[in-house]
Amino acid sequence: MIAVYSEADAELPFVTESDEAVLIGPAPAAKSYLSAEAILAAAAETGAQAIHPGYGFLAENAAFARQVIDAGLTWIGPSPDAIQQMGDKISARNLMAQVGVPVALGTAEPVSDADEAIAEAKRIGYPVMIKAAAGGGGIGMTVAADAEALLAGFETTRSRAERFFGSPSILLESYITSARHVEVQILGLADGRVIALGERDCSAQRRHQKLAEETPSPGVGGDLRQRMLAGAVRAGEAVGYRGAGTVECLVDTQTSEFVFLEMNTRLQVEHPVTEMVTGIDLVEQQLLIADGADISFDPAAVRPHGHALELRIYAEDPVRFLPSPGTITQWDEPAGQGVRVDAGYTAGNVVTPHYDPLLAKLVAHGADRDEALARMRTAVAEFVIAGPKTNLAFHAELLNSDEFASGMYDTGIVARLRQ
Amino acid sequence: MPEIRAEMVANVWKVVAAEGDTVADGDTLVILESMKMEIPVLAESSGTVSRMAVAEGDVIQEGDLIAVIE
Repeated sequence: MIAVYSEADAELPFVTESDEAVLIGPAPAAKSYLSAEAILAAAAETGAQAIHPGYGFLAENAAFARQVIDAGLTWIGPSPDAIQQMGDKISARNLMAQVGVPVALGTAEPVSDADEAIAEAKRIGYPVMIKAAAGGGGIGMTVAADAEALLAGFETTRSRAERFFGSPSILLESYITSARHVEVQILGLADGRVIALGERDCSAQRRHQKLAEETPSPGVGGDLRQRMLAGAVRAGEAVGYRGAGTVECLVDTQTSEFVFLEMNTRLQVEHPVTEMVTGIDLVEQQLLIADGADISFDPAAVRPHGHALELRIYAEDPVRFLPSPGTITQWDEPAGQGVRVDAGYTAGNVVTPHYDPLLAKLVAHGADRDEALARMRTAVAEFVIAGPKTNLAFHAELLNSDEFASGMYDTGIVARLRQ
Repeated sequence: MPEIRAEMVANVWKVVAAEGDTVADGDTLVILESMKMEIPVLAESSGTVSRMAVAEGDVIQEGDLIAVIE
């Protein structure tokens, strides 16, 4: 296993624990982790056979996937065409509608100016969600309740879309007032079949970015689950999907109907909760599929057991969620039955302002949701990180809130806890 | 003479106000970027920007002076 790293990350565990590590550039991502040239040079220099893109940076970059394949290497991910088809939210929406996967009322073509946005919003009906068609990570998404808010939000979203995603293309969608964010894990197998491995509920979010995830979703019943899983398989089949991918949906809490949101054509940050209830190592399946081999389990025999929760431990203050870089002076991970910690840092490491604030993923499994919650409360209390501020105190509060404990929450839960 | 200082390590993405500008309480002075997040730095009082201590692209540390408003 060969890691690539920037100057900012030289001391981190993923570098020190890898068999071999190659420095690919300075801290700014554009000159290191987003440099296809530097990564391909590192692959050539070390004789690497395959590239796993992880879940950030170039993981959903079709041009990079093509370059990897053209360089004669194995790309551990879906085809560049599948990435491209799902990468643009407008074309993905249109494709899903074609194959019978429900989508929210919205625009079928990019909205080019403010006048058109007003006309489209009138057709769709307020409130509307304004989104960057090439976007991700919740960046630039704005809800508009009326025409005035739409005009302001349209300009903000367009400028962010250009800055972060290099495309000013905008779409509008009907905004569901009370929704759960539920996603389905799929695997496209080497023989062409697409299977679904259950759902994950990611409704606990701040700034449209996930803070906590769980499976199964407390808000999804048997019939809805069957329809969502079948829809996700159809979505994968529509693009000839291969490898691990995630079909993200919104579930309207009033109607218990779901709509397609977007597809993430890569491994998801929160994949451990699926692994905990299925016993399947998803990264192992990615490697097998990329190699053209059979997966390690029988899809017909998968029986998820128990309940799993994941908390994202961020270097940010637990009240306003503002970034808090700094040197980690103490790092004591919890351990115990059903507890798993996927950590990117340890004591002595420096958390820099250059990248995402994710320090670690704390995962707890139990025979049922109550047991998973109890184990997670203990694990959060035992996790000690000193140096940067972290959101551990927020997580303790979330786990103890009546709303989260009941399971009957929606994407507004974090905002309500902070009112 | 209120001084506006950085709350965290960050990159200066945009300098919105210039020296000599009149600003009101709550106006954006500069926009910082840290951990993929834009953080607007706001004026905490009305007045004139007598000093803008940062430029776009600067890396600033916690406690560094950003601007002075008189």
